[in-house]
Parts: sequence; structure tokens; C-alpha cells
Amino acid sequence: MAVLVVAEHDNASVKDATNKTITAALALSSDVDVLVAGLGAGAAAASAAGIAGVRKVLHAEGDAFDQGVAEAVEGLVVPLMANYDAVLFAATATGKNAAPRIAAALDVSPISEIQEVVNATTFVRPIYAGNALETIETSDAKKVITVRTTAFAAAGAGGSAAVETVTAGAPSAAVTFKGAEIVKSDRPELAGAKRVVSGGRAMGSADEFHNVIEPLADKLGAAVGASRAAVDAGYAPNDYQVGQTGKVVAPELYVAVGISGAIQHLAGMKDSKVIVAINKDADAPIFAIADYGLVADYKSAVPELMGELAKAGL
Amino acid sequence: MKVLVPVKRVIDYNVKVRVKPDQTGVDLANVKMSMNPFCEIAVEEAVRLKEKGVATEIVAVSIGPQQAQETIRTALAMGADRGILIQTDDDLEPLAVAKLLKAVIGEEAPELVLMGKQAIDGDNNATGQMMAALLGWPQATFASKVEVADGKATVTREIDGGLQTLEVALPAIVTADLRLNEPRYASLPNIMKAKKKPIDVKSTSDYGVDVSPRLKVLKVTEPPKRAGGIKVESAEQLVGKLKEAGVL
Repeated sequence: MAVLVVAEHDNASVKDATNKTITAALALSSDVDVLVAGLGAGAAAASAAGIAGVRKVLHAEGDAFDQGVAEAVEGLVVPLMANYDAVLFAATATGKNAAPRIAAALDVSPISEIQEVVNATTFVRPIYAGNALETIETSDAKKVITVRTTAFAAAGAGGSAAVETVTAGAPSAAVTFKGAEIVKSDRPELAGAKRVVSGGRAMGSADEFHNVIEPLADKLGAAVGASRAAVDAGYAPNDYQVGQTGKVVAPELYVAVGISGAIQHLAGMKDSKVIVAINKDADAPIFAIADYGLVADYKSAVPELMGELAKAGL
Repeated sequence: MKVLVPVKRVIDYNVKVRVKPDQTGVDLANVKMSMNPFCEIAVEEAVRLKEKGVATEIVAVSIGPQQAQETIRTALAMGADRGILIQTDDDLEPLAVAKLLKAVIGEEAPELVLMGKQAIDGDNNATGQMMAALLGWPQATFASKVEVADGKATVTREIDGGLQTLEVALPAIVTADLRLNEPRYASLPNIMKAKKKPIDVKSTSDYGVDVSPRLKVLKVTEPPKRAGGIKVESAEQLVGKLKEAGVL
């Protein structure tokens, strides 16, 4: 059985989410190839070839691949599937956008956000915002899968796969890329960060979020997250949202400040290794899952914590 | 311009989900059901397009049990013009739903399909993309802003790290993300008016589409519970504990 992993990359190297997807692919089969499609993505293809366990790298160049346009990815991947039994994407915005299109084109049922490979046809995936897990078996000859990357370790270095060039068909005329606004940040990417500091509605304003949450995150070298309530209230951009309707994270340290712990938020962070909650309401549900809870007003607790972290040499 | 809005009846998002003891699924007996929140956002966007004079007719389609008529009534009360219910008691997979909706689109010929990015029960986030592929239409998923003019939709999308803007030629599929809009509450007069709007009831066999399942659910289980930890008294003690845990 041969498996294709569609890589996400920044032209220079493949993203951590792809290394994790490769680990899930290796649980299906030892014959794992990686597709790197982009514009000027030669270095990323070379980096994919260096990942342990990768058999071969397919490298495709094209304007539309630069923006991850789903129609272009479909046009590239569907013909390649003649040689593969499964295709895996990371369950990111890009992966979720493209994978179901490919499944429909192949007439198969996609399998979304797997968190465990039981065997080559059976997978575990969260439903109802992670409040239940379903174990499903597919009868489709070809499988189209997205992978919840927080559930898998990243495949490491040590490979020396060959890179093969594949050619892509003409891009779809029906879609035109008009532009992107990518937030520039020196902070780590939320989805793969080792530490995350999140703020909730208790912040009360965008300024307060900026003045309280961001310095603490920078002190810890952490990514910044937010609850849906804080996003809905306009205190933080949607890209920060952790939860069922936002990003799922599983860092080593998750600090929730002024977050009550709605089910929908817990679904996005409950697999973190160590959870810290700071909330003035001692009955907040977040304390039921926090390893360390501090019942205090964040207005005094966060500056104190900053001071203690400074004393500890951070 | 005709707009088609698929809507799904799901467990209300405020209800605590309970897994059945026999592990066959989630307990839906006597549980409050509502329109999927992302579908509500799609209906709202369609109604706003109609209010702007861009859309002329809004057709709400649901695939589900007889009670899914209530979900369609909700869409009609918000401002949709008529409904179609494809009645079935089977829990259809996104592939089957996409095929049925493709058949409906063949009959209705809308220029725009506005729908939620995912349903909060199966959390698949797949049906819109699959319909687009089956129809050979362009897609703009996870929309936070939609503008329609001159046979095109300009859609701002929520992507990892920020926003992306795509222009898609109509007909197209657009799926709604959370920040697209805040859905209205239907007014009492509109709820009364909605009762008189027509709903066409069909069955899956009316469309000659293969809806047989490809996936078999072997079991549904509760996720492992996370044990609560301890309360600390001060920031100083917290930092001490985090050092002990090796995460600083």
C-alpha cells in the first residue's frame, strides 16, 4: 500500500504539521511519498527528502500552488492517486479546504481529523467538538484523510529520499487569488507552539488583551491564544481562537487567563501537557481540568506572575 | 440571483453531549435540537444579500428526519423564501449529502450556494468542498466577508495565520465561518409568515443518487477524562510548581 502526504511549507522547509502527518502516514504503510507543490519550493522539497521514513518526494511548481488554491491541488493530486491507496493532509485550513474536494473527485468518503490509526482501514476521530470519539472503518478502496496533528509526534530528520519532478495541469480559470493579509509575528505559530498563553472575555477590551496577555506570552516565549468569547467580543483576531471552532492545540504548557472554560474552548486545549488557569471565579469549569489553578483577579495575578518569572530568570 | 442554502438540524450547541452506554452513538433522545450554528450564519448572509437587492430568491434545503421541517421553518422565518426537505431517517455521510444537493442544484439552478463550513455533530467540514468538486464549481471556504457583483463573488477567507481573498466566478460554493455575520433572531410576525411559506417534501429516492454508506461506525466512546489538579495560593507557588513539572 502506498501513501501520499501533501506537504505544507513556506518554500524553505516543510511545516511541523507535515512532519506529524508523515508519522500518521507511516502508521498506515512504510511506503510514504510526500508531495511538495509550490512556487519556488525546491528547498522545501529538499527538506522533505530529509525526513526519516519518506520514500520519495514529488515536487510540482505552479502559480496557483503558492496560495494553496483547492482547485489547483485537486487537479494535481487526483491523477497522482492512480499510484496511491491513500492521501493524507494535515487538518489545517489549507488541508481541510482541499482534501474533501479530492475525495469527491475520487468518489470516496473523506475521513476528517483522525487522531489515531487503528489499522489501515480503521481510524479514531473526534466528533461533537471532541466530546465523543468515533472509531470508523472505511470500505473505500482509496482513502482521503486529514490528520489532527496534535495527536501525532513529528517525524524527525535522517531520510535521504529522491526528489522527482511532476508536472501540473492548467490552473482553474474560475478562481483568482486577490491577496492575503498574513499577520507578521515573531511569536511561535499557535498550532505547533510548545507554550500558549490565552486570554478570555474577562480582559474586557482589545487594549487590555494586548497589554496583559501578549507581554506574558512574550515572557514565556509562547504563542497567543484566545477563547471564542474574547474573539466574538473583538478583543483578539479570529486566528487566535482556540477551541472547537478555532484551533486545536496541545502544547507542553497552556496558560488560560480569565477564561471560564466553556466546553467549546476545552475541546481545543484539553490535551495540553500542563494546564494553568488564572480566574477570579473559584467555580469556573476551567479549574476542573487545570493542573494548577490560581483563584485571583488576573489584574494583580499576571503582573505578579511576570515578576516571579523574572526572578526565575525568564 | 437565486441563492441556495443547505441547513442541518443538529443537537443544540449549548447541550452537553452524552455518549450512549452501549457505545453505538450519542444520546439524542429528548435532547434540544437546533439549526447548526454555521448554517444559521449562511442563512443570515443570504438574507442580507436579498436585502441589498443582490439575491432575488433564497431556497433553504435540509436533508434529515421529518422534524428537520422545523429547521427549514427557522430559515424561512429569518427570510428564506421557500424550503425543500429531503426526508430520511438515515444519518447520511457528506459524500451522499453532496450528491443529493448536487441533484437539487441541477433542478434549482442557483447562482450561489451559501452554507456552513461544518456541522457541529460530525465535525467533518467536507460537504461544501465535495459539492464544489462534484459540480466542477469554484469554492471559497471559511468565509468572513462576501461581496457579490458582476457574476463574481469576492470572498475573504479565514486561513492559518491571517486572511486570504479569492475571487470566484459564479456559480460557486461559499462556506461560512464564524465571523461572517451575527445571525438575527426571527421576529414574531416573521415566524407567523414563515408558517405560510411552502416546503416541498421529497425522499432520497426521488433523486436517483447512491447514498449508501462508505464508513462503518464501530463504536462511539467518551474521551478520556482529564483529572483536575491543585489550587495554588500565589504566583510564586505557581512558578515553583511549573519548575517542578519541568515546563519552564
